Parts: sequence; C-alpha cells; structure tokens
Amino acid sequence: MSDPNEILKGLYDETLVGNAPRVLELTEEGLAAGMEPQSLLFEALIPSLEEVGARFERGDFFVPEMLIAGRAMAGAMERLRPLLAETGVETVGTFLMGTVKGDVHDIGKNLVNIMLEGAGFEVIDLGVQVAPEKFIAAIEEHKPDIVGFSAFLTTTMPMFKANMNALEKAGLRDQVIVMVGGAPVTQEYADAVGADGYAADASACVKRAKDLIEQKRAKVPA
Amino acid sequence: MVARRGWPVVVHPLPPLLHNQPHLIADEVRGLATALLLTHERVAVAYADCGTYGALDAVCAELGIRMLPGLHCYDLFAGESRLAAYLDDEPGTYLFTDFLVRSFERTVVRELGLDRWPELAEDYFRHYTRVVWLAQEPTDDLRARAEAAAARMALPLTVVETGDGRLERALEALLA
Repeated sequence: MSDPNEILKGLYDETLVGNAPRVLELTEEGLAAGMEPQSLLFEALIPSLEEVGARFERGDFFVPEMLIAGRAMAGAMERLRPLLAETGVETVGTFLMGTVKGDVHDIGKNLVNIMLEGAGFEVIDLGVQVAPEKFIAAIEEHKPDIVGFSAFLTTTMPMFKANMNALEKAGLRDQVIVMVGGAPVTQEYADAVGADGYAADASACVKRAKDLIEQKRAKVPA
Repeated sequence: MVARRGWPVVVHPLPPLLHNQPHLIADEVRGLATALLLTHERVAVAYADCGTYGALDAVCAELGIRMLPGLHCYDLFAGESRLAAYLDDEPGTYLFTDFLVRSFERTVVRELGLDRWPELAEDYFRHYTRVVWLAQEPTDDLRARAEAAAARMALPLTVVETGDGRLERALEALLA
C-alpha cells in the first residue's frame, strides 16, 4: 500500500480496533512512502484515539478496548517520537503523572496518559506508589506544565494533600498546575485539597488540561 | 444463609457483573428497591459501599432503607482492620472472594478483555505482588480454581479462611 489516503485510513481503522502489528506496519509504510510523521500522527492516529475516547464516553467502548487501542498507538509513537522531535513539532505541554504513594492502581492513569499523548502532550509517567519527594524531584528536573496525582482508593486519596504540602514546602506550588483524579475523587475533594483541576475521565482530563494551560499562558505577559 | 437461619426474607439479586461497573450500582439499587417497596413491607440492601463512593448510601437515605456497613465485601468477610493490614503490608494485594474465584473466567478474564487480548494482563496486573483469597467456603474445587486463577495472573496465592460469620452478623443486624 503506498497511497497516502489509504495509509491514513488504514492507520485510523486499525488503531481503532487495536491492531498493534498492523498499525506499526502502516506507520512504516507511510514513512517509506515519504509521508510526514506529523501527517500520520495528526491525520490518523490522534483522530482515531479521539474516536476511541468518544466511544468510551458513549459507553460503546470499555476499558479493554481503550487499552488495546492505546497499545497500538503507543507502538506507532515509539517509531514516530524521535522523528517528530527532529522536526521540532511543539507539544501542547508537559504533563507529569503518577499514582500516589501506597496505591498500585494505574489503569485509569494509563488511559489518561494515552489520551494526553494522543492530544499532543509530552507525558512523563512516574508510575505507581510515587512518594511526595519523588514528585518534587521530578518537577524540579522536568519542569512540567502540569502534575497529575492519581488515586484509586479512599485510603490513599489523602496523599493528594501530602503532595500539595510537599509542593508548598519546596516552593514549587506556583510553578506548576496540579490536577487530581481517580475513581473516588470528586470536584469537591479536588477543591478541598487545593488542586487546580479535576476531571472525571480521560477525555475530560485532556480538555481540562488544555484549558488550564491556556489560562496559565494567558496570564503570563508576552 | 437465609434458609439456614430461617429469615423471612426474599432475596432479589442484581446482575453480578456490576462488580466491574460500580458506578451503576446506585441506580440499579434505586430501580429495584423502588419497585420492591410497592409490594414489600421492608427492603434492605445487602451491599456495602462497594465502590459507589457514597452514592449508594445517598440512594438508601433517599428511599429510607438500610444497607450493609463497610467499604466493600472484603471488609465484610475479613474485617476492616485485618483487610487494612493486608493492604498496608503489601499494597499490591489483589483480593479474591469465593464469588470472584467461581466467576473468574467471566468477571475477570472476559470482562477485562483477556480472552481477546491476553497481552492486556500485563497492563492490569503488573503492579500486583500477590493474590489473597478471602475464602468463605474453600472446597477442593474452589481451591483448584483459585490456584489456576492466581497462576493466570502470575501471582502467588495466599488463602485466608474467613468464613462468612462476619457477613452473617452484619446481615442479622441489618434485618433486626
């Protein structure tokens, strides 16, 4: 297959159903045919993942469908990421993510990561059981636009406040947007711990993250 | 348990796969309980919070009915403090109950898409370090199933025989 439109359509369709080997093949075919990595990303992979997110919101897709589509996209991104970096494509922003200390749950967080990367964010994932000091060290190292704290358990949600206190103590609170999320988390809880943003699901997180970055950049004098 | 104790109770189950979609439990309970209240003197909900994060409590308050205490069935089988100790010792503890052992193929394998995409097992289970089975009635058949299920998750299995005494006492209090 060397017709760019067919390659784009194939990439879109195969990402949607999570056919990782075929997505990688089509990515290689597109590059071999001289297609730009941005074209493969923005005209096929990202729209496909947006459709996955929309189907999840409508209840047509569930967690496995999202994960398998995300895996397919991740395989293509492994191939495209260095090429995109070479071409100097700007990211929407940098999002540092982690599941809080004492909590090993990461499926929701990983879905958010997939959607964020699909939306053009650079995502740095610290994994699970991330202690406050590890968040602080990573913020100092990577200087992200947003840090995201994820918790699945009511017993680990209080770590949000511990992380916020650590940010204050390190003098970093004003330098980074804080978002929180996870199954038991609510807007009220996010407000109570002093987070800047909360989202109930992966798609909503992407929208909220973009809004928060826009708001922050609008406040900074050019 | 109802038959053994001779409780004057009719059990109306909700779909067991709500285990995987706890956000739907409160509305399902509202629908069934509202209907049952038209024909029954009393309705009680044999669910704990079960991942509804307070939504079920709110529905019960709205309908003036009672529910079981605790965060989830694991509390009711093992006891809150013992369960907390398991999770404090190893946050990567995956809990089985007899229900989950018996329905593992449907509730875990099929519902998580592992029958279609076995590679997702890594996404689901990579941070878990053990399975603890809170066994209510550990028959030989269930033991074999629990071992097979834990092996499928590539995790060691610990069996804790909890019985169902705590659940029975909680139900007794609920019906009092």
